Amino acid sequence: MASNIVDAHGVTKNFGPVQAVKGVDLSIVPGELFGLIGHNGAGKSTLFKMMLGLIPASSGQIHLDGEAVGGPRFRDVRRRIGYLPENVVLYDNLTGLETLHFFADLKTVPRSSCTTLLDKVGLGHARARRVREYSKGMRQRLGFAQALLGQPRLLFLDEPTTGLDPEAIRDFYRILRELRDEGVTMVLTSHILAEIQERVDRLAIMEDGRIRACGSVQALREAMNLPLTLEIAGGAGLLEQVTRVLAGLAVERIDEAGSLIHIRLPREAKMPALARLATLGETLRDLQVHEPSLEDVFFGYRN
Amino acid sequence: MFSIDFRQIGIVAGKEFQDRIRNRWVLAVALVFTVFALVIAYFGSAQQGSVGFHSIDVTIASLVSLVIYLIPLIALILGFDAIVGERERGSLELLLTLPITRREVILGKYAGLAGALTFSTLAGFGAAGLILSPQIRLDALFHYAGFMVSALLLGLTFLSLALMLSVFASDRTRASGLAIATWFFFVLVFDMIILGALVLTAGEYGGAVFPYLLLLNPADVFRVLNIFSLDEVRTLYGLATVFPEALSHPATLGGVMLAWIVGPLAVAIWRFER
Repeated sequence: MASNIVDAHGVTKNFGPVQAVKGVDLSIVPGELFGLIGHNGAGKSTLFKMMLGLIPASSGQIHLDGEAVGGPRFRDVRRRIGYLPENVVLYDNLTGLETLHFFADLKTVPRSSCTTLLDKVGLGHARARRVREYSKGMRQRLGFAQALLGQPRLLFLDEPTTGLDPEAIRDFYRILRELRDEGVTMVLTSHILAEIQERVDRLAIMEDGRIRACGSVQALREAMNLPLTLEIAGGAGLLEQVTRVLAGLAVERIDEAGSLIHIRLPREAKMPALARLATLGETLRDLQVHEPSLEDVFFGYRN
Repeated sequence: MFSIDFRQIGIVAGKEFQDRIRNRWVLAVALVFTVFALVIAYFGSAQQGSVGFHSIDVTIASLVSLVIYLIPLIALILGFDAIVGERERGSLELLLTLPITRREVILGKYAGLAGALTFSTLAGFGAAGLILSPQIRLDALFHYAGFMVSALLLGLTFLSLALMLSVFASDRTRASGLAIATWFFFVLVFDMIILGALVLTAGEYGGAVFPYLLLLNPADVFRVLNIFSLDEVRTLYGLATVFPEALSHPATLGGVMLAWIVGPLAVAIWRFER
């Protein structure tokens, strides 16, 4: 248990007759960037809230950084946690800098770090402006700066890129990479699966209050055994040649789209198919292998 | 679950107080109190055909009648959305993920709002007292200071009630409805019920309990506290004849007011921690 920074065992949460979380077991190791995905109502937010100590679990146990959530030393753990909620609501009357000062005081973090953090999230120019004048994206950045106060060991990020423009999303993931290099553990949820599939170390797919699958994106792809796609480009008559050389292999589908040909086939047929396509020589101009996306994996598990 | 960290309470209180200073709430309420106190002091006897300051006792008696309506309303408005407002907007969730307990949040909110109310009450009535001071004796000033303290206690009791309502209410609309109902009950309805019961029973039942029933209403405690401290007006209200001597002692009545502050606040903490 001591080696995991997040440890949940048999966690359930009942809201009256409704069981929102059903016996979840989850372990996250230090330094990991962990994704939690699932459709609305799958139980992600409830699990998040229980991990943060906002609502008590109906049964089961959660430990963060070796301490029981809600236990006698949990106040100290909270100093080492950062949280960015999905809808960042801060205090309109305060300026950006005053907002950070308020949260820094509560976390017993020196106020001197606030200016640096505002610069880090690109809000240095707006530090003296009231939060009521901030756009949604600026509030999200300020919320992120708040979560980073006190150099947390563990970050919970709930839909962190909501409201951010592409440049801000790029900056956000750059900061996340820096944090991971520093050994910070991060747990994040996102609806934008394409955005996180190349960034998380591992992820869990939640559905109906349960964790349906957990592992690296590649491990989940392989476990699902979803078909992959070969995309090839070549000269005239390529479709006939490809159909001929692949005859007898368990190919699911071959489609022509303009100058490109898409071949959908099971993972185990990939290497034999590549070997046969190589016999076409210079008829092939280009070849790319497309793994199933995280979205394909997600829907694969749901179905 | 955790011990109380007074530093965390101070941080939340400081923010609440600063908010009220910044949005000019404290200044506005202090101005209202000063203007009302001066108007009552100078024009309170206009019905008798004279204008100008006459007596501090009569001024305080008139102020009591005004304050008993005004301060509970101000305190309820100040505190009704302290918790439910933050919960509805979503900022409470983030606050509670920080190293601060729910108990400290409530106490911090109460301390900050109480600070704002205290500042505006003392500044508002104090300014009026300063303007009037050349015309009144030292012992009269002492009475006036007593009135200010009791007015403050009245405000703090209703602020405590407001915070309790804010914890129980599921949304701001309900909280505002509960605050208005609370004001109506304690300021208007409660006395009518007691008087009605006395009249219906022709004073045969409940006469002995009557003074004790008044302690169940902080507005009545405030009224009794002030009337018993003013020689010119205590006989005017006829309360001296029905109120037991021991019960009318300022320390006893002050203690009851303190209980009215602590009680609802304790209930609010209990509920918020569940």
